Amino acid sequence: MSPDVALPLLVGLPLGAAAVSLLLLGRPLVLQRTVSLVVLATMQVLSIVVVASVWDGSVVSVRVGAVDPAVGIVLAADPLGAIMLVVSSLMLWTVMVYAIGSQRTKEQAPAFHPLYLVLAAGVAASFLTADLFNLFVAFEVMLVASYVLITLGGSRDQVRHGMTYVVIGLLASTLFITAIGLVYAATGEVNLAALAVAMDQVPTGIRTALGLLLLVVFGVKAAIFPLFQWLPDSYPTAPSPVTALFAGLLTKVGVYAIIRTQTLLFPTGGEVSIALLVLAALTMTVGVVGAIAQNDIKRILSFHIVSQIGYMIFGLGLFTLAGIAGAVLYVVHHIVVKTTLFLVGGIVEERAGTGALDRLGGAMHTAPVLAVLFLLPALSLAGIPPFSGFVAKLSLAQSGFAAEQWVVTGVSLAVGLLTLFSMTKIWNGVFWGDPARAAVSLDREHVVAAPMTVATAILVTVSLAFVVAAGPLYDFSERAASVLLERGAYVQAVLR
Amino acid sequence: MIPPTGPVHRPTGPPAGPDANSPRRSVILDVVLDLVFRTAVLFGLFLLFAGHNAPGGGFVSGLVIGTALVLRYVAGGAAEVDRVLPLEEHVLLGAGLLLAFASGAAGWIFGGAFLYGAKATLEIPVLGTVNATSALVFDVGVDLVVIGLVLGLLRSLGAAADRDADDVDTRRGVAS
Amino acid sequence: MILVLACTIGALYTIGAWLLMQRSLTRIVIGLAILGHGANLLLLTAGGRAGGVPIAGADPATTSDPLPQALALTAIVITFGVSGFLLAMAYRSWRQRRDDTVEDDLEDRRLAAAVRRLDQDRARRETREAAHGEIADQHEVGVGPGGDG
Repeated sequence: MSPDVALPLLVGLPLGAAAVSLLLLGRPLVLQRTVSLVVLATMQVLSIVVVASVWDGSVVSVRVGAVDPAVGIVLAADPLGAIMLVVSSLMLWTVMVYAIGSQRTKEQAPAFHPLYLVLAAGVAASFLTADLFNLFVAFEVMLVASYVLITLGGSRDQVRHGMTYVVIGLLASTLFITAIGLVYAATGEVNLAALAVAMDQVPTGIRTALGLLLLVVFGVKAAIFPLFQWLPDSYPTAPSPVTALFAGLLTKVGVYAIIRTQTLLFPTGGEVSIALLVLAALTMTVGVVGAIAQNDIKRILSFHIVSQIGYMIFGLGLFTLAGIAGAVLYVVHHIVVKTTLFLVGGIVEERAGTGALDRLGGAMHTAPVLAVLFLLPALSLAGIPPFSGFVAKLSLAQSGFAAEQWVVTGVSLAVGLLTLFSMTKIWNGVFWGDPARAAVSLDREHVVAAPMTVATAILVTVSLAFVVAAGPLYDFSERAASVLLERGAYVQAVLR
Repeated sequence: MIPPTGPVHRPTGPPAGPDANSPRRSVILDVVLDLVFRTAVLFGLFLLFAGHNAPGGGFVSGLVIGTALVLRYVAGGAAEVDRVLPLEEHVLLGAGLLLAFASGAAGWIFGGAFLYGAKATLEIPVLGTVNATSALVFDVGVDLVVIGLVLGLLRSLGAAADRDADDVDTRRGVAS
Repeated sequence: MILVLACTIGALYTIGAWLLMQRSLTRIVIGLAILGHGANLLLLTAGGRAGGVPIAGADPATTSDPLPQALALTAIVITFGVSGFLLAMAYRSWRQRRDDTVEDDLEDRRLAAAVRRLDQDRARRETREAAHGEIADQHEVGVGPGGDG
């Protein structure tokens, strides 16, 4: 299948399926489930087709509606977008499998499946669009679905925390429109490739201002340093699979947008680059320090998302080939590992009814498989060799030293230690100790449905596979980084 | 300000049913509504078809028809809306989205690209020469989605507000 | 004309931002709506001078720029949907709590309480040490700096 068909299908298919899923409301749930799983599996296949076509570092593009690229909708996939697509589709279908097995997800709620598919379409569109305004639309499609998913069930707690999420999201969207308006006023373009050319004519001051404005917009979505407070506030209250998906995917869509716009539109780095490095160091530190005080698995993990985002921004801020390649590798590793950890946290909650560390304990004896499923990604997150986190952090640290950014690199290594501390804290609280002494134990009567464990195990296996495939994966990340830095291939493909 | 609570069963046409005499129901509004409602729906449909090369389109049309429904709601509550449009909102949303998607997918057949705008000139006996575009199908889809959205808002917000209206009045004194 | 529009946009943003800072959910919703209007006006202003109807075939030099109008329309559609949802949530919050303000975060309050306990313990210990001149037993309260505000 050619990318000409695959790219529009990746966006259109889940939307069409959402429509079918809506029409299937009131029919047996198995129909909706089948539609969702089939479509998400198809997306996985399509995304692999796309990656295969850009594996050598080329860029493919499609003009939707076959109209002039200056006003039409252009979808383009470069190595970065393609690898993000593959990993995202993997998350989407595994988390769907998990949600179907889960009792506490409200997966049976009427709107769950249609919304999930709309979210999938929004995520795919964000990675594929080559137009600043369509990026806004894709973000909105994704966010509107996420607003409803995060408050699904509508308990008092969820409404309170969901409200923060929605209001912050809307504020960021308004800023996004503002940024688009100003970019259009300055250049007369919204197509990313045309902008890349037009931006060079814009005076430096205005260009820096636009770059910073876009950084703030996507920084809110990605939860970087001063703009992250909404994340640990709102994520933990959502149903576990929803939290897992958001933790793995949504913030990373923001990171993707930062990488895309900063490299394509503001390629010189300069002041923005220094700002990025400072923000990266602060994001890493604040996230990991914030996690220390927390007592709930999902809250600890939520703070760690913030901390990990810092690493990705660090890689980008270096503006070197190795730095951006490291950032790409880190994003890919992080999406898989973080989602897995949240899924494990969800299983603990489902079996014990709580995620509070001081009430749990001794799960290693009563749930040994779960303990292994937590331990592997946790060690990976902390960057212990030989796991995928080690590979990603090593490449980042190396590029940091190569770029002679001693302070930020030092901070990133120290934060790695603190991450290990947090993971140990969860391990001590949930898995170690005597199950008899814990207030709540994960006894054998509360074994969760097989799909939940299977989905988690699949993700753990994938993150282990990253270690084996580290060489080719890193080479691919480097090709992605070189496409990002050189810009020419992307601009030509989009404007052809 | 608060619309009447409870089910309102009323036949179509001028206010003549038993509930038309309900003290909470405005006769003036009922009479005006019977004039305005059909006009508004017709105007909405006009906007839908005019949208191709004049101001209009699916979204505006959906809003106009949706506003007509809101007017129905103000006059007779959720039951009145149910009577005028006895459809579940998810059917409207699903059908609209599917229609929009189908018109996009049809682009592959006609023009070889997703969302390709196809155009055909038809000779219809009474109307004469008519230009039909695939964008119209897309607009109809958008129209249905917007109407579905308004309907959903009326049912989830409005109907729930009706149900709670008495409940709140009694409890408000205790809470504050 | 541009100056008038610029001032209007500025005023809308100011009012919107101010309303957004309030604790009442209704005001937040209205604030977001006003901010949205400001942003849409900005998009339109970005299109430059107003002109004729930009139908295919017309002279591009005399027509308005159609793109910002299309963008603003899309933005309006999205704001319409999300505002509806936000109102539904504000209404639900009001039904659950009979209150229109944003609640404090429970976890934050728990941390604040823990910090307060820690301070009290320390104060008590210091007074005891001063009185008896011996080291009081230490209460372990697992608390660090709170991250989210």
